[in-house]
Amino acid sequence: MNILVCVKRVPAPGAKINVTDDGQSVDAAHLGFTTSPHEECALEEAVQIAERDGGEVTVLTLGPVEAEEQLRYAASVGAHKIILVPTDGSAWDPQRTAVALTQAIETAEAANGSAFELILFGNESADSGGFQVGVRVAHKLGRPIVNAIKGIVPGDGSVTANREIDGGFEVYEVPTPAVLGVKEGINLPRYPTMKGRLASKKAVLETAEIDAAAGGQTLVKLHRPPEQASNTEILGTDESAASAIVDILEEIGVLA
Amino acid sequence: MSALLVVLEHDRGKWSEANDEALTAARQLVADMADGAELHAVLIGDGALDLAGQAGAGGAAVVHVANDAMLTDFGPEACGETVVQLAVAESVAAVMAVGTSRGNEVLAQVAARMDLPFVANCMTIAPGAGSWSMTRVQWGGSLLEDATLDSGDGPKLVTYGHHAVVAAPAAAPGAGEVREFAPTLDASLARTIVKDRDVQTAGVTLSTAPVVVSGGRGVGSAEGFAQLEELASLLGGRVGCSRAVTNLGWRNHTDQVGQTGTRIAPEIYIATGISGAIQHWVGAMASKRILAINTDAEANMVAKADYAVIADLHKVVPAITAEIKRRKGL
Ligand SMILES: Cc1cc2nc3c(=O)[nH]c(=O)nc-3n(C[C@H](O)[C@H](O)[C@H](O)COP(=O)(O)OP(=O)(O)OC[C@H]3O[C@@H](n4cnc5c(N)ncnc54)[C@H](O)[C@@H]3O)c2cc1C
Repeated sequence: MNILVCVKRVPAPGAKINVTDDGQSVDAAHLGFTTSPHEECALEEAVQIAERDGGEVTVLTLGPVEAEEQLRYAASVGAHKIILVPTDGSAWDPQRTAVALTQAIETAEAANGSAFELILFGNESADSGGFQVGVRVAHKLGRPIVNAIKGIVPGDGSVTANREIDGGFEVYEVPTPAVLGVKEGINLPRYPTMKGRLASKKAVLETAEIDAAAGGQTLVKLHRPPEQASNTEILGTDESAASAIVDILEEIGVLA
Repeated sequence: MSALLVVLEHDRGKWSEANDEALTAARQLVADMADGAELHAVLIGDGALDLAGQAGAGGAAVVHVANDAMLTDFGPEACGETVVQLAVAESVAAVMAVGTSRGNEVLAQVAARMDLPFVANCMTIAPGAGSWSMTRVQWGGSLLEDATLDSGDGPKLVTYGHHAVVAAPAAAPGAGEVREFAPTLDASLARTIVKDRDVQTAGVTLSTAPVVVSGGRGVGSAEGFAQLEELASLLGGRVGCSRAVTNLGWRNHTDQVGQTGTRIAPEIYIATGISGAIQHWVGAMASKRILAINTDAEANMVAKADYAVIADLHKVVPAITAEIKRRKGL
């Protein structure tokens, strides 16, 4: 089964998240970057399926040229092909992103001479969280999509997909070619091996220059939510604090 | 008269708690929209008719009940298509939902089908004559984005973030006029309808537990969680963890608290050996009280907690358990 995974490069902030002076992006001057967690799991799922059943895994990202780092990482954990749609680094709105990704997918499928049987997106990106790019792309391609997927079993001409709901799963059986929005927890992504790292350096980066018109959602300004003021009461510096802790548990009624 | 169409959720006739938020937000939005817009609600599928009264009580002037053999169980494409056809038939000015898993997915389907912009997870919305302004969440709530939405001649498509609005009863019920709606659904849409369900017994889940005792990298091993399990069970609570712990394979992802895990709201959150990265914090910040146990007095979790103990969790956690047992006479 040939699978395409669409991933996004995002900064990896720690205790605080800062915004640039112009309010247009996260201040990433001192931050590392990573692949959005849902997509990291989508990639792992694709690699596992390909290892088991054969087929190729292609990873596609739309982002700044630096997103090559995330594509090479993908190659280091098992992706066979990597494709970048370069942007100027500004945040593209969801409609613009979806149009460009669809075009990149159509071009890749034309070159392959066949459709990807499965396309995986993250359920939502870690940063902007628009909850829609995968759905828009699937619709443009005329393919089915279901989101919030935490289990995939490829079948013959279809995939069985489990969607997480309160206290269980809904089961979908979607005909291929299909698109799924995947959530973290579907698997535990592997770390790259030394051999994988070396192979990723040799992976051929394909670049697809595509632009698209801006959509109707426009970012005006990013800002941090107001800090919840907290006055931490230090109950102690060793295990003798246990008594004060249990007093509190008793007081708030969770000890009964 | 223009209308705001709010998409409500239910599971074969079981009302979703998110609907109370949806109607609360919709009443405000409709009041803020120009020219006295009317509040319409739509309920889709089996059992929807039984809930129409509740939608009316929540302020809906008109309750559309959409039915079709293909709408018995949830299917994102069939639901999205139904909302599109209703929105077009009623020429609504806006379609709104609460950004639950289904809410965001159905609105994304509507947006894709109508080729219109869709702004997800708003905190506040200021409707305007032409474009609308809103504040929405990024990073699962760690960052806010002021945005504008320009939909040309088409309806505005938006969701409010789940829990962004505090549900309140309507000051006065709406007229609640029930209108049946029969969409024309292409047979191909059956491809994304739920085939089966696998629902385990609920019990106390992480998201509803009154006490959550979490461990981070500081716990040091999978075995180290046994002490947290014991404390949690004494308190009728559940064990949670950080993503570092999930990635190390010490706990299952179902225990992960945070942006890409579960959002919790216990009476007290006991966070041990967790540094308090923003992506963890957004999942924990709805806790009524937080107790951090950490060797690092500078840890973000300590700074944001109500109470903290600056010590080794491997000493403090067993001491709490022992003290509870002593007081309970166990
Ligand atoms: C897009 C994105 C999404 C993410 N989503 C999530 C999410 O949903 N949930 C989540 O948790 N994280 C998430 N993360 C990861 C997050 O950024 C942090 O890496 C993670 O939360 C750190 O886990 P930790 O606190 O256990 O580990 P660390 O940051 O390593 O902290 C360990 C803490 O343990 C303390 N400690 C060590 N030993 C002891 C001891 N013996 N006794 C007491 N204290 C001790 C240390 O002082 C330190 O504060 C996400 C990251 C990204 C980029």
